[in-house]
Order: sequence, then C-alpha cells, then structure tokens
Amino acid sequence: MATVVELPLETYKGPVDPDWCPGCGDFGVLRTLQRAAGKLGIHPKDLMVVSGIGCSSNLPGYIHAYGFHGLHGRALAQATGMKLGNHDLHVVITGGDGDGYGIGIQHFIHSMRRNIDLTYVVMNNQIYGLTTGQASPTTERGEWTKSTPGGCPEDDLNPLAMALIAGATYVARGSSAEQEHLTNLIAQGIQHKGFALIDVFSPCVTYNKHNTHQWFKERVYKLEETDYDPTDYDRALLKVREWGDQIPIGLCYQVNRPTYEDGEPALKKGPLVHHKLGLTPEQRRTLLQEFM
Amino acid sequence: MQHLEVTVGIGGAAGDGSGATGDNLAKVCSRLGLHVFAYNSYQSLVRGGHVWLRLRIGAQKVMTHGDDLNLLIGLNQDTLDRHAGEVVPGGGILYNERLKVVQDDLQPEVQLYPLPIRELLQPFGRQTILQNTIALGGIFWLLSLDLDVLEGAIQELFGGRRKSDEIVASNVGAARAGYQSVRERYPALGYGWQFTGKQRMVVSGNEMFGLGALAAGCKFYAAYPMAPSTAVLHWLARHATSHDIVVKQCEDEIAVLNMAIGAAHVGVRAMCATSGGGFSLMTEAVGLAGMTETPVVVIDVQRGGPSTGLPTKTEQADLNQLFGASQGDYPRAILAPTDVVDCFNTVVEAFNLAEKYQCPVLIASDLLLSEHRESADPEDFNFDIPIDRGALVTNGVTNGEYKRFALTPSGVSPRVLPGTEGTAYVAASDEHDETGVLISDEFTNPEMRVLMMDKRMRKMEGLLKDCPPPQLFGPANADVTLIGWGSTKGVIREAIAALAEEGITANNLQIRYLVPFHEPEVRDILQASRHTLVVENNYTGQLARHIRAETGFTVDGKILKYDGEPFEPHHIVARVKEILHGNSR
Repeated sequence: MATVVELPLETYKGPVDPDWCPGCGDFGVLRTLQRAAGKLGIHPKDLMVVSGIGCSSNLPGYIHAYGFHGLHGRALAQATGMKLGNHDLHVVITGGDGDGYGIGIQHFIHSMRRNIDLTYVVMNNQIYGLTTGQASPTTERGEWTKSTPGGCPEDDLNPLAMALIAGATYVARGSSAEQEHLTNLIAQGIQHKGFALIDVFSPCVTYNKHNTHQWFKERVYKLEETDYDPTDYDRALLKVREWGDQIPIGLCYQVNRPTYEDGEPALKKGPLVHHKLGLTPEQRRTLLQEFM
Repeated sequence: MQHLEVTVGIGGAAGDGSGATGDNLAKVCSRLGLHVFAYNSYQSLVRGGHVWLRLRIGAQKVMTHGDDLNLLIGLNQDTLDRHAGEVVPGGGILYNERLKVVQDDLQPEVQLYPLPIRELLQPFGRQTILQNTIALGGIFWLLSLDLDVLEGAIQELFGGRRKSDEIVASNVGAARAGYQSVRERYPALGYGWQFTGKQRMVVSGNEMFGLGALAAGCKFYAAYPMAPSTAVLHWLARHATSHDIVVKQCEDEIAVLNMAIGAAHVGVRAMCATSGGGFSLMTEAVGLAGMTETPVVVIDVQRGGPSTGLPTKTEQADLNQLFGASQGDYPRAILAPTDVVDCFNTVVEAFNLAEKYQCPVLIASDLLLSEHRESADPEDFNFDIPIDRGALVTNGVTNGEYKRFALTPSGVSPRVLPGTEGTAYVAASDEHDETGVLISDEFTNPEMRVLMMDKRMRKMEGLLKDCPPPQLFGPANADVTLIGWGSTKGVIREAIAALAEEGITANNLQIRYLVPFHEPEVRDILQASRHTLVVENNYTGQLARHIRAETGFTVDGKILKYDGEPFEPHHIVARVKEILHGNSR
C-alpha cells in the first residue's frame, strides 16, 4: 500500500466562504471534512461532495473538490449514480436531518441496505433552518417550533437505530464541537468499504434553542473512552438508543460486508466512465440474430 | 392496391400459452420472408382474464394489426363468445369441438373448423397447454405455411429449458397432429405466398429502445418496474453482463432519474424508462438535469391516464406532462419515435443530442409502439451513427481558469469530468455563475441570472438546427391532412391508402420532434392544407393544442380515441368521411 501523503487544510479551501449564521455547528463539520480528506491525502480531483438542499447542503460550495448540489432529499440517489459511474471517486454526501431523514428517507434506507461505498455526513440540528424553523424528523416530542406552536406532536426518529436495522456497515455519531474526534470518524468512514453514516450534532444557533452547543456539551461522552465494542451488533442497538443526560458519540458499529460495487460485474473492468462505448461488429450480429 | 395478407386472432387466458403460439407464428412468417404486425390486448393480471392477440401477416409491409379478422383460434368459450362475430366473410374459426359457436352471431360465409382437441391430445397425456400448438398446426395447413419451419421455431423456443427434449417433441407432435387433422378434412385457403426466404426479425419498440441504448454506448440504465415500460428493464438486464452495463432497479422513480443524473454527471451515458405515473415522480429531476446541464435520456411509455388509469392499455395523453415537466424554463428535447425501427434510431439520436447540448432528452412512446411486435429487416438498423459526446474535454484544460458554465455563443460549455486534475467545480441546482458558484445566496444578481438563463436557452437554437423538419407524406394538395405524433404513423398511412380507394386523397404530417418545434415549417404546411385533422389517442387533442401554442394555427378538426385500444385504419377512415361530409366536426 502506498504511503499516505497528508495534504494541508488549505488544499480544500473553497471558492467562497460559508454564509452560515455565526456560531453554526456546520462550520466545524466543514473543517473536519477538510481535515479528514487531508489526513487521508485525498486529492481534490478525486473527491466528490454531493448534497441536497438546506443550510448544511450548501457545503459543497465551500470546499475545493468536485461537487454536486442537487435536489432536496435526492443526494444519496445522485451519489449512488456517481459512485457506480466512477468508483475511483471518493463520494461524500453532506446534508441535514430534514434532507436525509425526512424528504429523502427512502434513499437513506435503500442506500444502506445496498451497502454502496458512500460516506454520508448528516449535520443533524433537529430543526429546519433554511425555511426558518419548523419541526424536522429529529425534533424531540413537545418541542416548540414555528410549525408546532403547541409542541411537536410526533416522536423523533432515531437515525442510528434505523441505520443499524437497514444494514449500514459503519454507523457513527459525532459532534461538531469535538473536532479531533469527528475528523477521525469521518476519515474512518471514508476509508470504510461500504455505506458509512456519520450523524453529527451540529446545533442551529438561530432556530433550535433547546439542543444547543451547551446542551450537548453537558451530555455527550465518547464511546472510545469506554469499554464499548463497536463490532457487537446487539449492543449497538441498545447503545444508539441512549438519550437524555448521557449521550454517546463515537463509532457505534462497524462490520465488513461486500459492497454493492463488489457484486456488479460491469465494474470489474474498471470504472464505467472509462469503458469503450458502442458495439463491436460481432456484438451487432449476435444481437440482431436474437430477433430472427 | 390489394396485397396478400391475413389476420389471425388468438384468444385465451393469461398464462395458458396463447402468447407462445403467437410468437411462433410471427417468427415463422418472418423467417419465410413475410411481414407481421402483432398487437396483444391484455389486462392487468398475471393469470386468467382474457388475452387477445391479433397477428397480421402480409406479403408486403404491414403497419397495423389491421381492420379485418380472418382466422380465429378459439380454445375457450370466452374467446368464441367475444370474437367469433368479428371474423369477416370468407374467414374461419378453429376451435375445440366441445365448445359452442353460435351460428347467429357469425357473419356470412365463415367456415367453421371444429378440432377434436381431446382426441388429438391423447398421445401427449392430455397436456391442455398443447392445444394451442395443435391449432397452430391447423393454421399452417390452412395458410399454406411450411411446417418444417415451425418445427425449427419450436426447437428454439423451448430448447435449453429443463426437460426440453420432451417439451420440443410433444410440441412438434402436437403441431403435426393439428396440421394433419385439418388437412384430412378441409382444403387449404389457397394463399399463394411467394416465400422470399428473406429472414426478418420480429421486434418490439421496448426491445429496440434497449438495442438502441447498447448501440449508443449507454452504460447505466435505472428503472422501477412499470407497465408498459418494464420490457426495456428486462431486456437490458438480460444483456447487462454480456455488454458491461449497470442496470439498476431502484426504490422509486425519483431515485431512478436522480441516479441516472448522477451517473451521467460523472460522464457515463445514462438512460431510464417509465410510464406516465413514474414520469410524474421524475419531473423535479428533469429540471435538475436542465439546470446542471447534465445529459440524460428519459423514455415515457404512455398508458391510459390519469393516475393509475389503464395500466395495460394505450394512450398518448402525456404530451402536456412531458412539455410541462419541472418548474422553470430549461433546454430539452422531446422526441416521438414513429415505428419500431425508429425506437432504435431515436435512442441513438437522443444520446447524441443530450450530450451535444448537455440537457435532458425525453422520448415519448406508448403501449402500442413499445409492446406490439413487428417484422423488421436487419439492414434497417444503422449501427454506424457516430457516438457524439459533444464538448467533452478529455485532454486537460490548459488555458487558465476553467469555467464549467462558461458563457459561449452556442450556450454549450465544455464539460470536464470529475476526476480531472485542476478543474474541480460544483454543479448546482441553484442558479449559479460561470464557475458554478451560487448566485441564489446573493441579495440580487439580475445581470448574471439573465446571462445564465440566456446561455442555457441558446442551446435550443442549435438543437433545432440539428433536428430535421417534418416532411409531408403524400400529395400536397390532398383533400385532407392527417396530423399525428409518434405511434400513429402506421395506422394513418394505412388509412390514407384506404381513403384513396374511396376517392378521398389524404396526406400525413407526422410530428417526430415535439421540442424543439419546427414552427415555420409546420405552419406553412398546415396553412397550405385543405382540411387539417389531428389523429390522437387522447381526449383533448394535446398535439392540436401544442401546434396552436407553437404556430397559432388551429386545426380544423380532431380524430380522438381514448378507449384504451389503438386506432385501426377504419376508425380514421370513418371519421374522415364524417367530417368531410359535414356530419360532425
């Protein structure tokens, strides 16, 4: 294996600076993604950052790499096409909880069951930010938002538990305040062969006055500092449901399973994008003969 | 001009083998050098119900399943009850002698051919599935077709299956038994075919979309099963490994088009097919392809709408939807292939247009065009159309800063593929500048917005130039001009021939390019026409509306059909006569 030449943070400096609110958790996620890419020595030309729509989905515009800023909720579908089209690319999807766990949840579930080699970083702020503060799928029951003035009437969705059930092979949770820790989680997620989910606490300083930086700071603890074993699936199912005064962050579960690409015969001859196009005279004859 | 032809109707229940009978008959006729056109009417169930295949066989090209039913194979009572009365004078009915044909229902001079099916099945352990083959053997005698060729076809159809020797032997035996049984008792019908021996193919539109995709270098096909587009998925899935393409069944049609766009964005030729309902789910992504300038090909095989509508019936009522797909204005093309060979051509052309103009290209088919089977000659397929990848930069960008969405006179900006050194950019669904940086986040930037809109829409000018204008078929000074789009070409052309026999001259303007639209050419043709009638399988006359919107020309009348079944020539002939004689409009 070739030795990794780490690249400096400036390598990934984007063409414009983020226009997120001052104090937004997403700044930390952007920086850790840049650090993780640098740590792994991934050249910007080989990095594809895909997003949907929302505050956090603006991220591809702020990082120097190839990017695709597509439709609300559809980033995983687009990313899947990109990975199957050119599996030499490192494809990282960045987005929010509304984008991924709300409007795009079908792609979330099916991408995990496919175990396609994608790295999905969700900036989970438990609120819709860009649309100015409505309940999201991860807003806690009873929470006041503009769309739930009587308190959120639904239970929140647990993305990590859902990921475990749907078959994700790398399930982690980080906090944008824990930069070093999150950098490692993202880097390992990129290195992981298969679908990696990194759900990140990335507080919205404008619209979520409950799940704040301070709120998380008082509660999170790192699994890596305990005797937790991330290869134990049953234990992971219990662990990811821990919520309240103590909230775990870190690698919750990892397993090696064949990726979707491993089972796709056409990709054995290299990335699709490099294949020669069209039919040979022999193939034409054979195909026409089929209809005779 | 009369030419030698016959239409055979085969009825049965789904899953009882009548489909294979039709396939065999079509295959044999095509091998003998005859032409066929087969249309299968069916319903949305897997077993049972009523399946009704009409196979028209002609010494010359046949473009519809025709008006007349000459020979009926009725092996269940339901088929006889429904269709015995449709057999025209001079025709005949082959049926199980234990079933009942009501004489009063029949047209005059219809010959009955009761078959002792039970007795004939005896040597084969009474496998009732073989009764179709027995009847087929009888048809071969009546139509003077070569039984040896049928045996060859049976060999191919069933060979390679489990217990194939046994199945082939019993089917060949059954065909011979049926042939002999009818031969002993009835004279042949005296069809003096000239068998040219020219081997023809039997193809469907959906299969030709698949073949066209392979010829065009499509490497990624995504789909969600939906009638009547599913055969494209099946055909390509079957050929995926041998042709190194990825065929991906997705969770829904939203994923289908977004995945195809993802693959296309990294440089792979990508396509998907669906029907109207699936296309509804795709529409947001169609606009995404327009905005991010991603080349992608989408086929809509129309069926009866709205909503779930008529899943197994034909209609041409998605034009408004295709035209109105997605919010905003963006460049795209909408092509409507007019026959099975054109399905192949259209996919090849669509990929070239999509990549040359970096935009979505939509193809409008329908159940009739996609699912009917028709003979075609191998020479009809031009595999030598070059694959044009448009302004795709593969040898690096050396002249300074790369702008993915550079303002150019043609509106087409050279495309580099992700993975290329030194040209990283973001493709965004938000409005953006030449480099891809969003302008949607700025307070306002009307100048850049206008520049980018104008740049994208300029591509329509080039697209229009690359699409040949429609040509009038038939005499310019005809009594009536029949205007159609897509699959109705064949039936309109046959109706023209039938009208000529009645002293009415007609011509045909078949629109293949719905977008871009050849506005002056179409207007000139229509203004010079004596009486203009659209022929469409929908309720409102969506093409008539489109023509009016594009040209300001209002057609004189509409011949519309929205009962789920395709036009037959006589439908058009009757309506033309009514309209010309002033009985109705």
